[in-house]
Amino acid sequence: MRSTAIMIVGVGGQGTLLTSRILGNVGISTGADVKVSEVHGMSQRGGSVVTYVKIGEKVHSPIIEKGEADILLCFEELEALRWIDYAKKDASIIINTQRIDPMPVITGKARYPENIVERIKAEYENVITVPALELAKAAGSIRAVNVVMIGVLAQKTDIPEEVWIDSIRKTVKPQFVELNIEAFRKGYNL
Amino acid sequence: MLPVPGRHVRRRIMKKLMLGNEAIARGVYEAGATVATAYPGTPSTEITECIAKYDEIYSEWSPNEKVALEVAIGASVGGARAACSMKHVGLNVAADPLFTAAYTGVNGGLVLFVADDPGMHSSQNEQDTRLIARAAKVPVLEPSDSQECKDFAREAFRISEEFDTPVIVRLTTRVAHSQGLVELGERENVPIKPYIKDPGKYVMMPAMARKRHVAVEERLARLSELSDSTSLNRIEWGDRKVGVIAGGIAYQYAKEVFGNASFLKLGMVYPLPEKLIREFASQVETLYVIEELEPFIENSCLGMGIKVKGKDVLPVIGEYSAGLIRERVLGEKPEKLNSIEEDIPVRPPVMCAGCPHRGIFYVLKKLKLNVTGDIGCYTLGALAPLESLDTCVCMGASIGMAHGMEKAMGRDSARKTVAVIGDSTFIHSGITGLIDIVYNKGTSTVIILDNSTTGMTGHQHHPATGFTIKGEPTRQVDLVKLCQAVGVDRVNVIDPFDLAEAEKVIREETAADEPSVIISRRPCALLKNVKFNGVLKINPDKCTRCRMCMRLGCPAIVDRGTHIEVDPALCVGCDLCTKVCRFNAFERVGGENA
Repeated sequence: MRSTAIMIVGVGGQGTLLTSRILGNVGISTGADVKVSEVHGMSQRGGSVVTYVKIGEKVHSPIIEKGEADILLCFEELEALRWIDYAKKDASIIINTQRIDPMPVITGKARYPENIVERIKAEYENVITVPALELAKAAGSIRAVNVVMIGVLAQKTDIPEEVWIDSIRKTVKPQFVELNIEAFRKGYNL
Repeated sequence: MLPVPGRHVRRRIMKKLMLGNEAIARGVYEAGATVATAYPGTPSTEITECIAKYDEIYSEWSPNEKVALEVAIGASVGGARAACSMKHVGLNVAADPLFTAAYTGVNGGLVLFVADDPGMHSSQNEQDTRLIARAAKVPVLEPSDSQECKDFAREAFRISEEFDTPVIVRLTTRVAHSQGLVELGERENVPIKPYIKDPGKYVMMPAMARKRHVAVEERLARLSELSDSTSLNRIEWGDRKVGVIAGGIAYQYAKEVFGNASFLKLGMVYPLPEKLIREFASQVETLYVIEELEPFIENSCLGMGIKVKGKDVLPVIGEYSAGLIRERVLGEKPEKLNSIEEDIPVRPPVMCAGCPHRGIFYVLKKLKLNVTGDIGCYTLGALAPLESLDTCVCMGASIGMAHGMEKAMGRDSARKTVAVIGDSTFIHSGITGLIDIVYNKGTSTVIILDNSTTGMTGHQHHPATGFTIKGEPTRQVDLVKLCQAVGVDRVNVIDPFDLAEAEKVIREETAADEPSVIISRRPCALLKNVKFNGVLKINPDKCTRCRMCMRLGCPAIVDRGTHIEVDPALCVGCDLCTKVCRFNAFERVGGENA
C-alpha cells in the first residue's frame, strides 16, 4: 500500500488542530495505520505551527522529514516558504494566498519575503493557490479557512467526498457543521 | 494520492485515533482508577482534561502539582487507584511528596504521568524525568505511541500494587501530542481496598523511615528482576551487525533509520534490564543507544562495561527526529530539492489580538519599570515590541524575586520594580511569595494579571474562576480578600484596557513604601463569553503614521511601508489601539466612530 505524508503549516490560531483531526478521521477510513503529530501550547499563540499526518501500512515516526511530504498544505505564504524543503519534488503544494506578518516584520526588524508563490511555482510543478480567506468569508465565516483548505486537498485525493464530509460531521461542533460543509465545498469545487 | 478506503475498514472498527494523552486517560479509565488529579502544563494537560470526561473517575485541577500528588497519595492510601499528571517541571514542585511516597509505598495503585518537553516547545527547561525518578527510586515506564500509552498506563497500576510503589509513566511531547490508533478495552472493576491504619508504613518519622528505606532498596532489586522478565522490554532480532537500544519516541525514529537492524525496545527504562542488555549486547557487532536528552541508558551500559555509541554523535540538547539520527549517525544528509535560499523571518508566538495583558505591558514599558515575570501567556511580554518583562524562572518566582531584588538593591529599587503573575500562577505558588513580602517587611508591588483562566495551557479552571474541572460552580477564591488577609493593605482592582487609570494606579502603588497588590482584571480574549465591538480599520486621511499604535505589538496592526492598516482577519475589535491613537484614526468597519 502506498503511504502518504501530509504536512499542514500555518500560524497558531488558524485552526490547524481541527484540520489534523478531520484528516486523521479520514485517514482511519482508509483502513491504514495513521499518526498525526500536533502542536499545542505556546506556539498556538500566533507562532509558526506545523502538523504532520502520516498514513501507511505501518507508521513509526510521527514526524515527516525534509523531502518526504507528498502534500504541503500551507495556510499562509511565509509558512509555505519556511517549510518548502519538506516537500517532495512532485508534491502537491496548496497555498492559501494570505499574508500574516510575523512580529519581527511588524516591528520593522525583518522584511516579509516577496513573490513567494512565484518562487515556489518556479521550482515545483504541482502548486495550487487558493484565496481561502475570501472563500471562507463567502461560506459564512473567516474562521473556516482551514476547512476550505481541506476541501482543496480532498479534491486531490481518490477518497470520496462523502468520507470527508462525514469526518467533518464527526469532528466539528453540531452548530457549525453546515457552515463547515459549505466551506469544504467552496474548496472542493474550486 | 491518499489510499482509497478499503474492504479491511471493518476489521479495524474497534480502533480509535487518540492523542497519546487521550490514550493515557483511557488507560487510567480501563485500569479502574477512581481518582485523578493534576495542575495543567504543556504537554501533559489533555490527560486530565480527557479523564474528566469519565463520570466514573473523580478528577480535579489542584492548585499546584504538590497538592495534586498529595491528594493522589491520600486516595491511594485510602484504597483507590489514583492518577496524578504533570509536566516535567511540575515534578519538581511535587518532588517532596514523591520522594517520601516512594518510602511509604501505596495501598491502591498510584501512577504519575509526567510529560517531558525535549526541544522546549512550551517550557522553560529541558530536564529529564528519568533522572528524578532514579533519585526517588521509583520505576519508570516509557510508551512510544498511543497504543502503548493506554497499555502502559494499565500495566503501571498493576506494577504499583504488586511492588507497593508509586510508578512514573514518562511521556515526551511527541508521544503526548501525536495521535495514533488505539484498541479500546473494557474498564476493570477494581474495588476500593480496605483502609488499614499502619503507622510503620505511612508515618515517615525517622524510626519508621529507616525501616522503609530498607524496603525501598529490596523493592528496587525485585523491580530489576521484573525489568529483565517483563514483556515491556523486548528484543526484536534482525540483522545482528547493528543493535539499537531505545525506548519511547526515540525507538520510533530508530526503527525508520535502522530498519532491519536488531532492537532492544525498552518500555521499562528504570530500573534497566541489565541481564537483557548484556544478552543483547553480546550478540550484536555495533551497539547504539538512541535516547533524547540525558545519556541515561547509555551511562548505565557504560557502567556495566558495555561499549555503546550514542551521545558521542547525538546531542543531549533538543528534540530528535529520524532525519537528525540519519545525519549524525549514518552521515546521510537529505538532498536539497530546490534552489530557494532565503533568510526567513522567524515567527515567535505573540499575545493574541484582544489580549488583556497587552494594556498592562504597554504601561509598564512606558513607565520604564523593572519587571520580574512568571510563567504564562504574559511571559510573551518579554518580546518586542513590548519588551517589558525582565525575568522568568519558574511558577511563582516573580514575587520572591521582586522581594529579593529589593533586599539586594535597597528600598528605592522597589519604587521602580513590579512583579507580574497570572491568576492561576498566583494561586499555584505566588501566594507564599506574597506572604514573604508582608512578613519580612518588603515594599514590593505585585500585579496579578487576572484573565479568569489558565490561558497558555488552553483555558482550564482554577480555584479563582469559581468552577471545577467538570464545569460545576464552586466556591471562588476572592483574590482581593486573600491578599488583604495575608496583610496587604493596599489592594487595587483595575481594567488593563483603561490605560490612564492603569498608569495612575501603578505609579501610586510603586511609590507607596509598603507592600501592594494590583489586580488587573479582564478575561482572556479567547474565552467564549468575551464579546468585542467589531473589526476596526484605519482612516488614511486621519492617520499621520506616528506609529504609536505599533508600540502595542498587536498582530492585527501592520505597517505596509506606505501606510499602516488593520488586518480584518485578525482584528477582534478590542479597541485598545483607539486609546493610544491621538488622531482618532481608527474607525469601526461599517461606519460609526470607534
